[in-house]
Amino acid sequence: MPDGNQTIIGQPAIRIDGRAKVTGMARYASDEVVANPAHAFLVTSAIARGRIRGFRLDAARAVPGILDILMHGNVGGEAEKPKPMSGGDTTTTLESDRVWHDGQIIAVVLAESFEAAREAAHKVEVDYEAEPPSATFGSPGVEEEVRKAGEHKDYKVGDAEASFAVAEVKVDARYGTPTQHHNPIELFTTTCEWRGGKLTVYEPSQFVYGLRGSLAKQLRMDPGDIHVVSRFVGGAFGSRGGITARTAWIAVAARRLNRPVRLVATRDQGFTIVTYRAETRHHIQLGATRDGRLTALRHEGWEVTSRPSEYNVSGTETTARVYACPNILTKVNIVHADRNTPGFMRAPPETPYMFPLEVAMDELAVALNMDPVELRRINDTQTDPATGKPYSSRSLMPCFDQAAERFGWKGRNPAPGTMRDGDWQVGWGCATAAYPANIGPAAARVTLTLEGKARVQIAAHDIGTGAYTVIAITAADRLGLEIGKVVVELGGSELPAAGLAAGSSHTAGICNAVAKACEGVRQRLAQAAVTSNDGPLAGQDPAKLTLSAGALRAPGGAAEDLPKALARVTTGVLEVYAENIPKGLPPESIGKVYQGQMAMSRGHSREDATTYTFGAQFVEVRVHALTREVRVPRAVGAFAAGTIVNPLTAHSQYMGGMIWGISAALHEATEIDPHAARYVNDNIAEYLMPVNADVRSIEVIMVPEQDAQVNPLGIKGIGEIGIVGMNAAISNAVWHATGRRIRDLPIRIEDLL
Amino acid sequence: MRPFDYQQAQGTAAALALAAQHLAPPGEERILAPAQYLAGGTNLLDLMKIGVAHPPALINITALRQDHGRIETDASGLRLGALARMAEAAEHPAVLRDYPAIAQSLQLAASQQLRNMATLGGNVLQRTRCNYFRDPSWQACNKRVPGTGCAAMAGVNRRLAVLGVSEHCIAHYPGDFANVLAALGAEVEILSSDGTARRIAFEELHRLPGDAPHIDTNLRPGELIISFRVPAGPWTRRSLYLKIRDRESYDFAQASAVVALDLQDGVVREARVGLGGLVAKPWRSHEAEAALRGRKLDQASAQASADAAFQGAVTHGENAFKPELGRRTLVRALLQAAAMET
Ligand SMILES: Cc1cc2nc3c(=O)[nH]c(=O)nc-3n(C[C@H](O)[C@H](O)[C@H](O)COP(=O)(O)OP(=O)(O)OC[C@H]3O[C@@H](n4cnc5c(N)ncnc54)[C@H](O)[C@@H]3O)c2cc1C
Ligand code: SF4
Repeated sequence: MPDGNQTIIGQPAIRIDGRAKVTGMARYASDEVVANPAHAFLVTSAIARGRIRGFRLDAARAVPGILDILMHGNVGGEAEKPKPMSGGDTTTTLESDRVWHDGQIIAVVLAESFEAAREAAHKVEVDYEAEPPSATFGSPGVEEEVRKAGEHKDYKVGDAEASFAVAEVKVDARYGTPTQHHNPIELFTTTCEWRGGKLTVYEPSQFVYGLRGSLAKQLRMDPGDIHVVSRFVGGAFGSRGGITARTAWIAVAARRLNRPVRLVATRDQGFTIVTYRAETRHHIQLGATRDGRLTALRHEGWEVTSRPSEYNVSGTETTARVYACPNILTKVNIVHADRNTPGFMRAPPETPYMFPLEVAMDELAVALNMDPVELRRINDTQTDPATGKPYSSRSLMPCFDQAAERFGWKGRNPAPGTMRDGDWQVGWGCATAAYPANIGPAAARVTLTLEGKARVQIAAHDIGTGAYTVIAITAADRLGLEIGKVVVELGGSELPAAGLAAGSSHTAGICNAVAKACEGVRQRLAQAAVTSNDGPLAGQDPAKLTLSAGALRAPGGAAEDLPKALARVTTGVLEVYAENIPKGLPPESIGKVYQGQMAMSRGHSREDATTYTFGAQFVEVRVHALTREVRVPRAVGAFAAGTIVNPLTAHSQYMGGMIWGISAALHEATEIDPHAARYVNDNIAEYLMPVNADVRSIEVIMVPEQDAQVNPLGIKGIGEIGIVGMNAAISNAVWHATGRRIRDLPIRIEDLL
Repeated sequence: MRPFDYQQAQGTAAALALAAQHLAPPGEERILAPAQYLAGGTNLLDLMKIGVAHPPALINITALRQDHGRIETDASGLRLGALARMAEAAEHPAVLRDYPAIAQSLQLAASQQLRNMATLGGNVLQRTRCNYFRDPSWQACNKRVPGTGCAAMAGVNRRLAVLGVSEHCIAHYPGDFANVLAALGAEVEILSSDGTARRIAFEELHRLPGDAPHIDTNLRPGELIISFRVPAGPWTRRSLYLKIRDRESYDFAQASAVVALDLQDGVVREARVGLGGLVAKPWRSHEAEAALRGRKLDQASAQASADAAFQGAVTHGENAFKPELGRRTLVRALLQAAAMET
């Protein structure tokens, strides 16, 4: 930790909102009370491409309690289409008669009760002019293009093609990952209420200012007239990062009815009205010397997106900088199909892109007859190979060594198919996890009262990760209070702005802003204390005074209790507002956040250093010798992510990521009908994820790491890295168990028969 | 809300009488009887909510547990009341001891919460999990709307059947327990709406899809299942249910096998074999049994039995792996049953 003063940061602390959550007192967006709401139910398209010729509504209009039906014919002009999260244009919903994808919102039915709205929605009949849709890679009619440099770019270092051609040892293979959906337990809801010309929106969100700014543009309103409220979020995983189409239509509905409107979309609608992780394909070429040094790395990716959008995740930005290699070439292609626009999902670029790289590294280790951990060691580096900049910190090998030790990797017989337990083939595999240390600008207000309590206000988001608690920890640490003396207010656009809770950037962004506001408090108190005539701290150097254990203290031991120190400044409350602009971002970036735009300093966007988090993941699999089902009895992950603010919730994040990794490697896949381009298993009975019986032993090691360069508090972010290496570690372990190299996920029984 | 009539039957006679009030016009009655008995509701209410079933009348038969909820055994066999809960049968000491395959098929099904709610009668009558059947926005599904075609044949059909399918429907029967009843030669006791009783072989309860996949069973409208009788045999103690699935629990079978063996010195005197997860209806494989009879149970005879069981398998793209998985599942189950201590 940078200044060594922390006493509370880094100590495990239970969630300050835990009691509210387990007693049902925490209000999720659709729990917020509004007067006499009307209920909305969405009608979604049953075709993936075409136009809507018309609706037959007599039966729907005859349902008792029906209030209104919104369609492009009657409200299409009342909202602009939402601004896409990345390049290109966006799909539309009620703005036109066009159907871009399966399950697109095409009408909104409003009624007195949820049941009446649902019943009427089921009675809406739609006349389509259907066109043959393209489902995915390889479907007739898809359009492929090279992703142009923009938000993401390609890397060309040295001459990868020539060095691959002459490499002593090579791996050249193709890989694939499937479509996946987040399925947070809290459904996708929106409640809108107008008071005069002012609109309040209750919606689970990872970016309340973003939602406000986008919605204002769509409805042609002043952002200041929109208030977004999202106090608790029941899981997000990226699915609540950008605005989606439903929000504006619920606002329009509430305006038409002159009454609050509440939408709780169904689980299956959650597969098509928000974003998802698109399927990807990869071609990897690795060249190496006989002693294992990489000489060439080529990674070409293909990603599916919607017809108009250029959304892509371009995980080559990470795969190009994991290992020392003098010749690097990356390229990304996007493939347009008749699909919804994809979006963020836990480690959006790294989960699909590190899978092929890390399986290829395992294949290279086999080709070299070398231990896979040693291959990583040989190619470890403290310099970013893509740019030549130093890493602010990089503890990849300590992670490998500690995880290998705990796992018992030494006992591994490298030959595949050699370990067995009764009828089960046993295999061990490992992989590197890497994720950029990102950070966004944020503002915070800290108020200290004479009773010695603090209130922290910041429009941050607790998407289940423990944000309330890390903020309380940071303020308590910086103000010298007990955690219980800190009240935290989050999740509303009336609060000082914070950016998108994504990219594992949130804890770093918000805690540094809160610490800065606390520093403002300390300075005010210190200044007053040292300039007083009578106090115990009179004449001390204000810069040396610290707040700890309820008092303002000087290095020599002189101290003044907090209430007394505060009384020198005010007889009321002391309020400090501060903005934190992370290194590498311009001062106006906080203004962008207030306007609802994305502003983030990324792990590879800084001038002075590359900031990344690393980890190592080890997995044991069992494959039945006859029937080939794969199980994961244990997994060990070690991660070094700078300052860990709360080891308790950090452990949960890492563990949750690893469990999701088991899920991604073995269970999860959204099935698409190849002819209709429609999702088929759009429910959580058939969109499989692990149950308790699938998750046996998950061990998390937090490798200590100090990084004074990354940001003042040294926080690198932990939310996503836990999932990153799991896909490859499991595939590599399956190879070790069976001798079968599976390059397409998920790994299923039929791949091993 | 879609309106429907809901009544609670106080006893068996009342239930039958209520059902009789709702008999459909002749000709249509066998598609889906208008009045549906509501047992645990874990399948029927689900289908109503997703818009696949819309019975105009529900008759809650929970009170019939008094008459038809018992589990009894004697020397001739086991009698399972149709209103017994899945959990009760799964945990019953005599079932666990003498009919382990039955107990296992129930323990490995659904979740504890569902097993506490669901009944044995409702369990055997659960409908296919074919996704195209379970979502009315798909137009082509002969089982849901006769004559519309079958979207699954060229679509996502990894979970669907390879045995007993027709060119009109490849839906799988998803349950576990019913495969054991079929294999062990159980009988079903049925009451007609006029109160008369009949008994049929369990194997005759469900129908193959043929050209009428919309009719799942040979039950007549208003008929009530009251029990299942499983005959005792020297093979039931050496019996097991092996279920292969994508995840470890709370998942339907990709393939399953029921095996019950009467062995003498390693030689099969009599065998009962059933299959699940990839069959169009609860499945007893007489071919697999015949291939074992009189042979020493070893790898070779197990493989021969499995080959015989899948002679007629028909696949459709995605589910091409299922005959091989089914064979391996059966081989594994046979060898495991042979090794059982009884
Ligand atoms: C998520 C999930 C997972 C599941 N996993 C499995 C699994 O792995 N294996 C498995 O086998 N099953 C599984 N099931 C299915 C479950 O076992 C069935 O839903 C349950 O057994 C049905 O019993 P019930 O009493 O609730 O039937 P109900 O839903 O009440 O009835 C089903 C049908 O049977 C009729 N019926 C009920 N009783 C009688 C009677 N006595 N006479 C005549 N007709 C009657 C009803 O009218 C209705 O048509 C799963 C279900 C869910 C929801
Ligand atoms: S397999 Fe049967 S249930 Fe499934 S779509 Fe075809 S007809 Fe319908």
